[in-house]
Amino acid sequence: MRPILAVLLSLFATTLSANPFPSTYQPLQSSPTLITDATILTGDGQRLDDADLYIAEGKIIWVGEGTVPAEGVTTINAAGKWLTPGLIDVHSHLGVYPSPGVSAHSDGNEATAPVTAEVWAEHSVWPQDPGFSRAIAGGITSLQILPGSANLFGGRSVTLKNVPQTTYQAMKFPGAPYGLKMACGENPKRVYGGRKQAPSTRMGNVAAYRASWIKAQRYIRDWEQYEQKMAKQSSNTEGDSNSALAAALIKPPKRDLELETLAGVLKGDIILHMHCYRADEMMTILDMADEFDYKMGTFHHGVEAYKIADELAENNVCGALWADWWGFKMEAYDGIQENIALVDRPENGCAIVHSDSEEGIQRLNQEAAKAMSKGQAAGLDIPPERAIRWITSNAAKSLGVDHQTGTLSPGKMADVVIWNQNPLSVYAKAEQVFIDGALVFDRDNKALQPVSDFELGQLLEAAQ
Amino acid sequence: MKRMLFTVLLTITGSIALAQDLLITDANLHSQSDAGLIENTDILIKDGRIAKIAPRIPTNKMIKVINANGRPVTPALFAGLTVAGLSEVEAVSEAVDSAYRELYTELMHPEFDVRLAYNPHSSVIPITRIEGFGFTLLGARGSDKTLSGQGGMVRFDGGYSSFEGKPVIYVQTSGRAAGSMGGSRVTHWMLLNQAFTEALTDEDLTLITPQGATTLKTAKSEGIFLFHADRAADIMRVLAFAKAQGISVVIHGGSEAWMVAEPLAAAQVAVILNPLKNLPESFESLGARLDNAAILHEAGVPVIFSSGETHNARKVRQLAGNAAANGLPHSVALAAISSTPAAVFGGESRSIREGSRADLVIWSGDPLEVTTQAQQVVLGGVPDTMVSRQTLLRDRYMDSATAMPRAYTHP
Repeated sequence: MRPILAVLLSLFATTLSANPFPSTYQPLQSSPTLITDATILTGDGQRLDDADLYIAEGKIIWVGEGTVPAEGVTTINAAGKWLTPGLIDVHSHLGVYPSPGVSAHSDGNEATAPVTAEVWAEHSVWPQDPGFSRAIAGGITSLQILPGSANLFGGRSVTLKNVPQTTYQAMKFPGAPYGLKMACGENPKRVYGGRKQAPSTRMGNVAAYRASWIKAQRYIRDWEQYEQKMAKQSSNTEGDSNSALAAALIKPPKRDLELETLAGVLKGDIILHMHCYRADEMMTILDMADEFDYKMGTFHHGVEAYKIADELAENNVCGALWADWWGFKMEAYDGIQENIALVDRPENGCAIVHSDSEEGIQRLNQEAAKAMSKGQAAGLDIPPERAIRWITSNAAKSLGVDHQTGTLSPGKMADVVIWNQNPLSVYAKAEQVFIDGALVFDRDNKALQPVSDFELGQLLEAAQ
Repeated sequence: MKRMLFTVLLTITGSIALAQDLLITDANLHSQSDAGLIENTDILIKDGRIAKIAPRIPTNKMIKVINANGRPVTPALFAGLTVAGLSEVEAVSEAVDSAYRELYTELMHPEFDVRLAYNPHSSVIPITRIEGFGFTLLGARGSDKTLSGQGGMVRFDGGYSSFEGKPVIYVQTSGRAAGSMGGSRVTHWMLLNQAFTEALTDEDLTLITPQGATTLKTAKSEGIFLFHADRAADIMRVLAFAKAQGISVVIHGGSEAWMVAEPLAAAQVAVILNPLKNLPESFESLGARLDNAAILHEAGVPVIFSSGETHNARKVRQLAGNAAANGLPHSVALAAISSTPAAVFGGESRSIREGSRADLVIWSGDPLEVTTQAQQVVLGGVPDTMVSRQTLLRDRYMDSATAMPRAYTHP
């Protein structure tokens, strides 16, 4: 009878941990490649001049100087060019708000209830969104797709490698943890308050978050108690088939997709990404994380993050921010262009430039350049090798994939961009983009410029 | 505190007294005139106008001198089509005056003139101005209306009535607006033709008010009709309508304008576009591409840039830089955010020559590069304080620790 018990226990494990929509990502075909004589921004704060990079088997083998096999290595002379890690956008809605932006494609906000932690952004991702291939041309190699901010708990995010594929599973970043999108402030209270339902105020927002965390704590406890009962039965009844039957009759708690996701956050398996603008609200959220004993991950948009830069750094919380957006709503009224530079300033500061835009994701380097130059103009010492961290290593940290990508360190994924010049410029262009060592974009080779199914055959007469 | 006093004094002298004579020395002047780039020149400004452009102009104690140290100087830039001074916070409807809705009738209101609501003291204006911007085209919004009203250019010099140029009437032709206007873009043309017929024949007015009829008649003779159209086919309809009615038109949007560059050039119709648009964001812009501006310019079409944003209108400079990075000559990209819009909408010349308005910017480097800063803005010959609500917020939070709460920091 023990096999039954084992099956039941493993069913429980399956319920909470195995992914029913697993990544089928496979790196595209690559060959060992040596890139020589480049200016290299490694992504961890270093700049190497006239340096080389060697990638093979989809990994970075060495950076700076080293040896390569005598045969079978493609060499790219990158004299005068700059190398960076592949760029990472931690805040994108590609696929869930794709182009064309027709209402039939509006799949980013399940704005039918303020708590929808049960939805997963990946189930809305349209892989044929032409925005993915435009982002490749801008050097984006990984990106997090988030649900929108209409809801207090908007649902799970998904991290993708930016390879054009027919399914999102084939794009899913292998091993990347899930994120959970939450939202502060005006959006949830406007959406639901406008319907005369809760929340209609900021205090209503916070009350609803807390109620959900209490439910999630209870859910974890129920499962733990179930596990304990099963374990007790199992140890008490070694070889006793009647008791084993009794164990089999212990009912597991009802599975709840919403609470599974929230429990994942409380257990540290799912990273929190919270849309939050105002300094005071972000501090409320940090207190709430203490109350329920979970780790706050990244504040997104954080237009007032500069007011609490020290507190964010002390709490090891990242700020994913815009270079210059402000004023589109009341909670964005105090935006300043030095926000990113000021969040970057404290020791352990984790500043990230995010796009939240199908246009901005194509030019994340320009967004970083603007933020860098505003910081410099305010007297902060921010060389390009520091600023590039905002769209590489810090972004990887925010997504929990920093052990895999985000810097040009030996052993990491060979996600690399060759730029025609210093990338922190309006004139910079990604010339070649590698993902896991495979060349996925080449500005001089039409054959290596992906075109989505949607765009195929449009405007045939004009194209001729 | 000192800086606050300075601000107040400058405001007073700027708005009441005549500006002090000003000499900008050693400028690399992007003149936007036939003279092109004039290197290492001095620029003398008297009474708010350019008095002289020459090397080594003699100075005296009465003249304020700013040394440009060989840096680029351009005309103060065009912020694009915005609602600056009409919208303090976009999502706060009680602070927005850029569109009408649910008026006492269902008539169209071309006479709705947004300039009446313009507030030169909006925080948006200094925030935009200190980034090198001197003027904008005020728009009457309403993508759900065939005729959404009228506007025109305004300078960011703090004046209550610093308007310039021709009246601009805003017209929709796109399908996006069709939903609320009869379900088809055809209805726009039906209504537009009917409105024009009523205005010009003084027949029984059913779509517009008598004032609206007067507005249309005036605009027909001396104004500009700005049509929002992205699709190539829609742009061709606009050109035909303009010819039939004998009106001056400008295309706004123009994602597929490159497909009809020749007819646009033949009609000498300018296009206001966003050169960052390269996605098929709707079925009206399947042909959007990064070299739209370059193709249009090559064909002889005047191009102007606008992001459609108001609070972040300063991004227009980045738009021009990207156009330059995608095949448009640098000087044409700069003109697209300075002299071209000024000329197209009939405002003060933004070509810098003797006699022209002294609206200038000294830059830290290439004016189209994103890492370049506007170092000194001069409007009407008056050097700007280069202070905005945002620089004050920055300065308040710049020091990492203060004994008293931040509210006691008065930068």
